[in-house]
Amino acid sequence: MSQAIAFYFISACILGFAVLVITTKDTVHSVLFLVLDFLFVAALYVLLGAQFLAAIQILVYAGGIVVLYLFVVMLVNLKRPPEAHQDPHRRANWGLALSVAVLVELGAVGAYSYARPAPALAAAATPAMPVTGNTEQVGWLLYTSYLIPFEIASMLLLVAMIGAIVLAKREL
Amino acid sequence: MATPTVHHGAMFDTNELVINMGPQHPSTHGVLRVVLRLDGEKVVDADVVIGYLHRGIEKLSENRNWTQIVLLTDRMDYVAAATNNVGYCETVEKLMQVEVPRRARYVRTILCELQRIASHCLWVGTHAMDIGAMTVFLYAFRERELILDLFEEFCGARLTYNSMRIGGLPQDLPPGWDKKVLQFCDIMDSKVAEYEELLTHNRIWLERTKGVGVILGEEAVALGLSGPPLRGSGVPRDVRKDEPYAAYGEVQFDVPIGTSGDTYDRYLVRLEEFRQSLRIIRQATEGIPEGPIVGKVPRLIKPAAGETYHAIESPKGELGYFIVSDGKSTNPYRFRVRPPSFCNLQALRRLVKGHLIADVVALIGSLDVVLGEVDR
Amino acid sequence: MVDTLVIPLLKIVIVLNATLVAVTYMVLLERKVIAWAQSRLGPMRVGPYGILQPVADAVKLMIKEDITPVRADKWVFTAAPIISMVPALIVYAVIPFGPKITLFGRQVSLYITDINVGLLYIVSVASVGVYGIILAGYASNSKFPLLASLRASAQLISYEVAVTLTLVSVILMAGTLSMVGIVDAQYNQHVWYVIAQPVAFVLVLIGGLAETNRAPFDLPEAEQELTGGFHTEYSGMRFALFFLAEYANMIVVSSVVTTLFLGGWLPPFPNTPALHFLYAIPSWIWFFLKSFFFLYVFIWVRATLPRYRYDQLMRLGWKVLIPLAILNLVVTGIVKVMLM
Repeated sequence: MSQAIAFYFISACILGFAVLVITTKDTVHSVLFLVLDFLFVAALYVLLGAQFLAAIQILVYAGGIVVLYLFVVMLVNLKRPPEAHQDPHRRANWGLALSVAVLVELGAVGAYSYARPAPALAAAATPAMPVTGNTEQVGWLLYTSYLIPFEIASMLLLVAMIGAIVLAKREL
Repeated sequence: MATPTVHHGAMFDTNELVINMGPQHPSTHGVLRVVLRLDGEKVVDADVVIGYLHRGIEKLSENRNWTQIVLLTDRMDYVAAATNNVGYCETVEKLMQVEVPRRARYVRTILCELQRIASHCLWVGTHAMDIGAMTVFLYAFRERELILDLFEEFCGARLTYNSMRIGGLPQDLPPGWDKKVLQFCDIMDSKVAEYEELLTHNRIWLERTKGVGVILGEEAVALGLSGPPLRGSGVPRDVRKDEPYAAYGEVQFDVPIGTSGDTYDRYLVRLEEFRQSLRIIRQATEGIPEGPIVGKVPRLIKPAAGETYHAIESPKGELGYFIVSDGKSTNPYRFRVRPPSFCNLQALRRLVKGHLIADVVALIGSLDVVLGEVDR
Repeated sequence: MVDTLVIPLLKIVIVLNATLVAVTYMVLLERKVIAWAQSRLGPMRVGPYGILQPVADAVKLMIKEDITPVRADKWVFTAAPIISMVPALIVYAVIPFGPKITLFGRQVSLYITDINVGLLYIVSVASVGVYGIILAGYASNSKFPLLASLRASAQLISYEVAVTLTLVSVILMAGTLSMVGIVDAQYNQHVWYVIAQPVAFVLVLIGGLAETNRAPFDLPEAEQELTGGFHTEYSGMRFALFFLAEYANMIVVSSVVTTLFLGGWLPPFPNTPALHFLYAIPSWIWFFLKSFFFLYVFIWVRATLPRYRYDQLMRLGWKVLIPLAILNLVVTGIVKVMLM
């Protein structure tokens, strides 16, 4: 019961802040609302029992990635005058039409699956793991079943890092 | 690749930034204003603006008689006032061909060397504090207090002494003063070792001072540097050795010379000067002759018409006086000072180019400027 | 009901109050220790030997005029010091001051809670503290504080990487992320980790100094910089919060280093029967003694060392600390596998 209350409250906050992210005029405020969003998502993870993921979400997303967003936003400092909000290239009608189309499609999918309930799926066999606890299980899976995707992901990050340094350095 | 400027409401052009440092700033050692042009964090150019402490000492001297000017010279390099006094008196004595008794010359040497230690104490304290080692400041000032006590006992003042007269000194040493000086020398030896221990081999100190503000011998001479900045660049010029005055011809001492001309070498030169000064003080105090303290000088000082230049080695560098007397009045016709800090400060612009902002402060400290001298 | 609600609330109240008092008295401690190092006395007027100086400071800061720069972003300007202070305080939720003891017939644990990702929680909460500094510089609406704050935050996130990498070797040795678990592991393995992981200890100390913007890594807030750093425009209670947040962070780092490397609440040589009389001293007293020692070391270092230039500081973090941390991790892993 309390779980449900917590879930709905956190989700409401997440959705509310997400709306604020795209509607605020000030870019820095919008980034700050994004941070708050991430913090609430971490709370959601805790609710699901994924504490490791929650801590990593705060450490990496809220504490690392968004900080760098903030650097860029502050240095560029887009304080556009109010007139600029009327963008001549904006096609508001097309946007409206597209969103209506997507909503209709979602509604159709929802109605279809409601009318035809899917058969219960066989529970996915959870691999037998000799460790208990969220962090330990994540680590076990990451280094046994998902080792190759893990290594590929780290290669990607390394390439991104090197690319950033090459692009930004004045003399190499 | 030229980086384009960012337009449209951006706070920063990626071109150059002009920053003003001073005249009120905790690290410019007085009212010095430095306008820096920065590219990112590197200094591209620096414009040194002085004159905030100009009091018109040279012009004021034209309206005072020769004895009264001793007072004014105190206020130039106020950190080492007795040295200014000695320089001025010796210049007038040179013009008037006055013989200064041996005892007076010895006492002048002792006072000048005590001043050198006091000035270097202040230098090491402020320089270290600018770079972040704030404890050395308190230690150095503790030792400076001992010297100021000695001076207070001799002439009654702690900062502006008026302690020389043309032809000698105004009064003789108080009894027991020389014993106190020798005691001070013993204390000071261990304290210099303390400063060394805190700074000389400290990795952070080395990284902040080695290779910072390198200036080599020829360029140093061309810029008119003198004193420890010149000697730190390897040029062996010291007025005490090259043109001995007071009792310097009669005492043994070495002149430390640096090699690489960076801030670290200037620091080492001054640290060694501490020790050499203690050596001189000991020899002079132990060998002080008896005799009169002031030579045969007329009551009203009126040098014959003529001009002369005389320089001494103040703690900051070569301090020179050029005086012109017209033979008729009791005031000088022209009184001109060659302040070492003024000439050393010229090098600042050349030194800071290519360094970071944090180095500018270290370099001003390394040149050891006193604005009283620069602006007069 | 008492165990799940009242006792934790009581613990929170006690820990928060103790922390805030400790932080205000840290100010006095720093001034006194630095003064004694510099052969002077420090604050002596307010109260006997200056004991009431923090009270005077607090009152002064609270009655100051509340100034906000004209075109500053008001919400962000006020929020920044709070964002700086809160992470420093909530870290105390997982720091163990002692084991379970019996108090008034109840089993009470001397820590607010023990979550199984305790160390990770501490690191991630600390990384949120960076926002306070960035927003402070931004909200002041002026070039120089903004630049200074961006530099300070770049310093913080660089050293965060180094410290986190180092902490991984400690986690490897203990086999658990929980703070209480790490202290227990030191008990079970019969060794304080300062002996088993000396490199990690030194790296975490240096990283901790850099994380809290303390000397010799305090160039972003030194007076010799062209401005007062990111808190130039702050005064009164807001400035007090920044100031106190720095000291709170210092105490946090000391507590964490104590827990991870010096055995937390354990006395020295906890397993030798000959020294069992050391257990007579309560566990939390051991914890405080050790933390206090590290606080003293932090202040001592500030009084003694010159400060690093910014580029040297970043070079130290990226080119020296991070490779050393990775090397330490690799060596720890190899040794652990070989001993298994």
